Amino acid sequence: MLTRLQAAWAWIYDFVVGDDWRLAVAAIAAIALTAVVHAAGAPAWPIAPAVVLVVIVWSTAHAMPRRR
Amino acid sequence: MSATFLFLAVFAACAVEAVEALTIVLAVGITRSWRSTMIGVVAALIVLAALVAALGPALKLIPIDALRIVVGGLLLIFGLQWLRKAMLRAAGIKALHDEDAIYARTRAAATDIALAEGRLDAYSTTIAFKGVLLEGLEVAFIVLTFGTNQGNIGLAAIAAAAAVVVVVVAGVALRSPLSRVPENTLKYGVGIMLTTFGTFWGAEGAGAHWPGSDLAILPLVAVIAGVSIGLTAILKRANAAVATEVV
Repeated sequence: MLTRLQAAWAWIYDFVVGDDWRLAVAAIAAIALTAVVHAAGAPAWPIAPAVVLVVIVWSTAHAMPRRR
Repeated sequence: MSATFLFLAVFAACAVEAVEALTIVLAVGITRSWRSTMIGVVAALIVLAALVAALGPALKLIPIDALRIVVGGLLLIFGLQWLRKAMLRAAGIKALHDEDAIYARTRAAATDIALAEGRLDAYSTTIAFKGVLLEGLEVAFIVLTFGTNQGNIGLAAIAAAAAVVVVVVAGVALRSPLSRVPENTLKYGVGIMLTTFGTFWGAEGAGAHWPGSDLAILPLVAVIAGVSIGLTAILKRANAAVATEVV
């Protein structure tokens, strides 16, 4: 039973979060920040694209092979 | 967003899922038992239809902005995952997703397990059931999210059905894994699309007003595609430089 639950959790984690947790955190942060900025009365649309572009660079930079 | 854009996005995303499911079904069907495999496929389609019928209408009860936040967030996460993987594969850092290798592995595993003559082959049925159900759930998710957000589930469903039909007809005609489909290129495009829609809907659900409304999707696609292609070129050069250093 426990093994099945663990397998189900592993599948859900892999399905939702995937290889790099930074991407999931950034997606949630982008939407949350947009909501906060909008609530403050400022134009909020640039927040999500900016976070997306930063996290793409950040995540792929982490995967880049290192020189010895 | 134009209907053409919705159709293309759903078609491409669903074609990728259909290729994956078909690879599993062909490998098990050819090596084990077509009858047992098809029982698994039909059972998965019935479960899938029941799940969509039960959960689909419930989506209409959720306020559209809440739905956009959840759907936009999930699409954004999936899109970023797909895009990252496709970029790393295009740069040569990650191995290409090889349908031939998956087909060979599934086929070898299927051949290793003894087949009882004349009886239902539980192995074929289970593998086909799991493959079709999991990939089918992803197709259903794509249709429901894109369709509900754009208020056009019908068109999204037609696009998904068209993708599945095209892939299945091609697969049956070729009777081999669909490795001729440039899967990583397709996934790269789908990653860009999902990231774009996820960004657009997520921000809209959180209250943001996009300049130009739906037209903002076009520059958003262009910027995400441009940055990712530029980054892939940089990654490719860096990877080649490290490989040269090691040699």
